[in-house]
Amino acid sequence: MRILMLGWELPPDNSGGLGVACYQLCKALSKKGADIEFVLPYHKADYGIDFMTVTAAHPQGVEEILKSGIAYDSYKYIFQDGHAEVHDIYSQVHMYEEAVARLVHERTFDIVHAHDWLTFRAALRAKQSTGCPIVLHVHSIERDRAGGNAGNPLCREIEGISFMLADRIVAVSQHTKNMIIEDYDVPEDKIEVVHNSIDPEMFEPLDGDNTYKYLEAMRGKGYRVVVAVSRLTVQKGLPNLLHAAKEVIMREPKTLFVIVGSGEQYFELLSLAADLGIAKNVIFTGFQRGKRWRDAYAIADLFVMPSVSEPFGLTALEAIGYGTPSLISRQSGVAEVLRNTLKVNFWDINEMANKITAVVQNDSLRDVLHQNSYQEFARLNWNAAADRLLGIYDQHLKRSKVFA
Amino acid sequence: MSKAIVLYMHVHQPYRVRHYTIFDAGVDHRYFEAPYDDRENNERILRKVAEKSYLPTNHRLLQLLNEHPEFKLSLSITGTAIEQMEAWAPEALQSFKDLCATGRVEIVAETYHHSLAFFYSRSEFEAQVNMHRAKVQEVFGQTPQVIRNTELAYNNDLAYWADKAGYKGILAEGWDRVLGWRSPNFVYRPSYTDNIRLLMKNYRLSDDIAFRFGDRHWAGWPLTADKFTHWLNDSGDATNFDLFMDYETFGEHQWDETGIFQFLEHLPKEWLKTPGNTFMTVSEVIDSFDPVDYVDCPQTITWADTERDLSAWLGNSMQSSAITALYELQDKIMHTGDLALIDDWRKLQTSDHFYYMCTKWFNDGDIHAYFSPYENPYDAFVAFMNAWHDLKFRLAAKGVDV
Repeated sequence: MRILMLGWELPPDNSGGLGVACYQLCKALSKKGADIEFVLPYHKADYGIDFMTVTAAHPQGVEEILKSGIAYDSYKYIFQDGHAEVHDIYSQVHMYEEAVARLVHERTFDIVHAHDWLTFRAALRAKQSTGCPIVLHVHSIERDRAGGNAGNPLCREIEGISFMLADRIVAVSQHTKNMIIEDYDVPEDKIEVVHNSIDPEMFEPLDGDNTYKYLEAMRGKGYRVVVAVSRLTVQKGLPNLLHAAKEVIMREPKTLFVIVGSGEQYFELLSLAADLGIAKNVIFTGFQRGKRWRDAYAIADLFVMPSVSEPFGLTALEAIGYGTPSLISRQSGVAEVLRNTLKVNFWDINEMANKITAVVQNDSLRDVLHQNSYQEFARLNWNAAADRLLGIYDQHLKRSKVFA
Repeated sequence: MSKAIVLYMHVHQPYRVRHYTIFDAGVDHRYFEAPYDDRENNERILRKVAEKSYLPTNHRLLQLLNEHPEFKLSLSITGTAIEQMEAWAPEALQSFKDLCATGRVEIVAETYHHSLAFFYSRSEFEAQVNMHRAKVQEVFGQTPQVIRNTELAYNNDLAYWADKAGYKGILAEGWDRVLGWRSPNFVYRPSYTDNIRLLMKNYRLSDDIAFRFGDRHWAGWPLTADKFTHWLNDSGDATNFDLFMDYETFGEHQWDETGIFQFLEHLPKEWLKTPGNTFMTVSEVIDSFDPVDYVDCPQTITWADTERDLSAWLGNSMQSSAITALYELQDKIMHTGDLALIDDWRKLQTSDHFYYMCTKWFNDGDIHAYFSPYENPYDAFVAFMNAWHDLKFRLAAKGVDV
């Protein structure tokens, strides 16, 4: 079965969970015999991928592409003849669409599987010219990214039209499925929920001493550490966490909150911590990768993900993998698959404070939570997700043969 | 009756906190040692200021002292500035000593660390004033008689304290809300005091030099020594014109290109042309003129911004959180007797750290930005708090309950 997979990023050039999910999913599918060609808007790094073909969807004659790590940034194309062009995100989407149109003209595919709105136009184009069934995989919709607001109308339009024309929609959680139905009036039975997962074997292990020497020392003095690893953006609900932190610190002054990440809410959150009178207990580390990123999970007694809307929420599973139990918002996809975790509505500051306080006051609660959640974690893999997708592909292949 | 210019200039350099992260806390206790090319590198900044301001200005001041026996001035130099000159620009420190050796330059008392300790810890404030006095005696061979508080922060309590401590005078901003209809150009006495005198900065005339001198859109531009002397001579009844400003006005805030040095070179000659005109140090003016009235100042005033209060240092919650957190550690830190730890704690008290966290006009990118080595007030806050966390780490390592 030949699958044309349309994605926007792959690790290590990823800005978030989307790239990781695409990578893991394709790896699991290929193990089960799927023949995948993965199209990226650019392709400069050697990803060391041998289980599928990775193709770059940029114009001919491009020598080099410069981009920053931000998903929606503009790219600079440097051509072989020396001239350079800067393209914004819409122009990227358009060039990607043209490249995919050329590709489906040259080669034949059984299924087109596209991930998130940036690639949806290209999927529609492929369907229009070849009649090939398209599966749209939704890792987030515009309302998630806009923190519950309407967001960008152009993105919404692309999402709305694509959902209408898709043969099948795959949502990463029931939460996301419900939002698609609410926002776009898509019939319920057109949407399959296929939860994201994690591959414990892919986990980079902790190595050497923890880099947060100060936090280690303070834990030795009876302090407890609560960590959030997140982009500092409206979707992630961090102001509520700070309000809850104030309640916790009033009761347990030896609690330190560590916020790992960067984003447009950085200044706002710093000021808020000071306004709430808890600046001494809230530490902002900025954006971290690699060892410092892993160590942040490992040093904590509790990981908190207070998102307003989280299609899935891989970070909660990562935390468990690195030894830390989690408190997660019910408005997340991961809350649907994880049983041994504390859950709270994102708006319920008192309950958030209540649960954080319980963990920092009771090491036994922390330890039991972690032991049990780790057992769940260790059983996770992408096989079930791959099987579900293969089933969905099959249905559509049979259907298209009937009509052929 | 004679009229005196009371020129008083303030010399200060803080120990800026480097880009100090949570990964440094508990590992590296050198908060003040940035790589040489970083914006927070103290050595580089000090050398630059010495070259652009201290050396050329002192060179001219010494010439003026030699040429005009009537020329006199007063200086305050913080302990942190003296230390940094000792380490990185001994020739600049020597040039200040040369001025003092003329016997016509008076050093003013203040806190060693340029701190706001008066408002947070009386014992710490007194310790720092004593440290500063000892340093001035050691370096300049003088014992200060007149005191100023950091940023000219002043209120009745401070005047009362200084009176009891035996100072003959204290400096403050001649702010209209305090003076009312009265002129700053006289000697006053603070309410509720017995002996001390109050000198009030003439902020209009001082700021003509310190802030407006190089501003081509200002109606007074270009300001010459001749024109300035006319303004003073025309200002009616007066005994003393208190021109108080940052020393770095000369060469740093107002660059050489503005003509600030020529202004300085010509001012004594122009001013002394009129019989009766002279210069006095702060002690001398207090000895020469009787106070004309009491000044009551229950609120705290400073010489900064249009508000003339402490809001540039303590106005937002980041600033008040940071300074409160710092003084909370006082007893524990002093109790250790660890001189290095106490010294770092004191260096963090310098008011500049809190000034860098000011958000009042952050969005406009104004004067505050020029004086900050940080990209924004939030970075200043994060670096400071990480250093604070490390102080806690060091206390904990000594077995102190934190």
